[in-house]
Amino acid sequence: MSEIPTYLYYTDQHEYLKPDPRPGVFTVGITDYAQGELGDVVFLELPAIGATFQASEVMGTIEAVKAVSDIYCPVAGEVMEVNTSLDKDPALVNSDPYGKGWMVRLKPSNLSQVDDLLDAEEYRTLVGK
Amino acid sequence: MSEVLRTTPLHEEHLRIGAKMVPFAGHSMPVHYPSGIQAEHRRVREAAGLFDVSHMGKVSIEGPGALAFVQHLTVNDVSVLEPGQAQYSAFCREDGGVLDDLLVYRLADRSFLLVVNAANHSGDVGWIRKHEGSFDVQVEDRSERTALLALQGPVAEEILAPLVKIDLGTVGPSRVVRTPISEAPAVIARTGYTGEDGFEIFLEPGDAPRIWRTLLATGEEHGLAPIGLGARDSLRLEMGYPLYGNDLDAEHSALESGLGWIVKLGKGDFLGRDALARQKEAGLSRQLAGILLEEVGFPRPGYAVLSGGEEVGVVTSGTVSPSLGAGIALAYVPVGLSTPGTSVGIRIRDRCVRGAVHPRPFFTRGSRLR
Repeated sequence: MSEIPTYLYYTDQHEYLKPDPRPGVFTVGITDYAQGELGDVVFLELPAIGATFQASEVMGTIEAVKAVSDIYCPVAGEVMEVNTSLDKDPALVNSDPYGKGWMVRLKPSNLSQVDDLLDAEEYRTLVGK
Repeated sequence: MSEVLRTTPLHEEHLRIGAKMVPFAGHSMPVHYPSGIQAEHRRVREAAGLFDVSHMGKVSIEGPGALAFVQHLTVNDVSVLEPGQAQYSAFCREDGGVLDDLLVYRLADRSFLLVVNAANHSGDVGWIRKHEGSFDVQVEDRSERTALLALQGPVAEEILAPLVKIDLGTVGPSRVVRTPISEAPAVIARTGYTGEDGFEIFLEPGDAPRIWRTLLATGEEHGLAPIGLGARDSLRLEMGYPLYGNDLDAEHSALESGLGWIVKLGKGDFLGRDALARQKEAGLSRQLAGILLEEVGFPRPGYAVLSGGEEVGVVTSGTVSPSLGAGIALAYVPVGLSTPGTSVGIRIRDRCVRGAVHPRPFFTRGSRLR
């Protein structure tokens, strides 16, 4: 059973947004379900700090043993911070997807796009678990 | 997919311990267990792993004409096998294209067991029967009636020894014996697909779950764990062993596929011999080569191989080697670029990732462990 924390926002691309203590900033990563489907993550290509993306634009890639997947920017915004510890230990995405396995901190350009994302219950329905 | 997947006699065991099951060659098979592919890979290199490979095809050929028939069907020289020995071989079409690679076990003077790839199993059986002709043999497909486990890793012998009545030291590499394991009738061979020491164990399906559990329970203190097909793939790739369907197919001849070392043109006539002899005489234009990446990248099947900015070949298998921490691949390249040390690149999405042709195996004992 994959873990789906109740207080996060989710996308149908299996990413989550977790509110940061800084107002208007969200931590982005992939869900427990997604890491389970991908299997062992071998390395990631993450965007540069300051890069801006539109919603659903590709901002990076995840190379897992079984397949490579794109990381989509869940909502339009600017990258404030990148998790550099994933360079040394990409397996954090598998072992702690909602914690140490986070990927970027994003400042959405329009907060209403965040409100349009899935909640935990809707995401649970999507993955059928 | 509407096709009903076959299950192995160990299906319930896999589900019980949390295996992730995937369709593979018409079977529902474990791709990994909860610890994941990389941990499983390391386990086999450092201690031992137990694989369910019951999906493999197993065909027996017996009778007065068995030796001559297997000699006709396969490219390697079966006549050098004593009873109790195994050899790696291949079936080729008349044009030299590879139909399958296989292990030939000579169980007795007139009794052979061929272990073939699951994906090719029914095609192989058809091919064998088509060429049976006037050979005085009985061909029997035993795939469904035989379970197959692989126990692989440096401590495999320590784990198996207490469960058998023979001295495993007498079962050397590529040797095969019929002897019970934990009182279940078994055929035990010192063969495998990981590059490690180890055994492949043929069992009756009804005995397989008990022997599986007995091995795991008694092997645990030696570090034994169940291993899925994901790690089986990365283990074989570190050794540079080709996989049918990826690196081997009927469009490439046994010589192009790097199987020249098992093609014994001097043994007498066999299926594909004339074409292979002609190709050897004329010289090859392309060949399967190993590539080790020098920059970070994850090579995958279908990616282009680059040389001087041109596409010169295509990756057929690739991974990031858990033992080496670097990308490794097998790819068909022009013969002129197949020499170890030749600089090549692999296009990974929009980037050209630099690497070089590398001798196989990629990994040997003492190679850098991450």
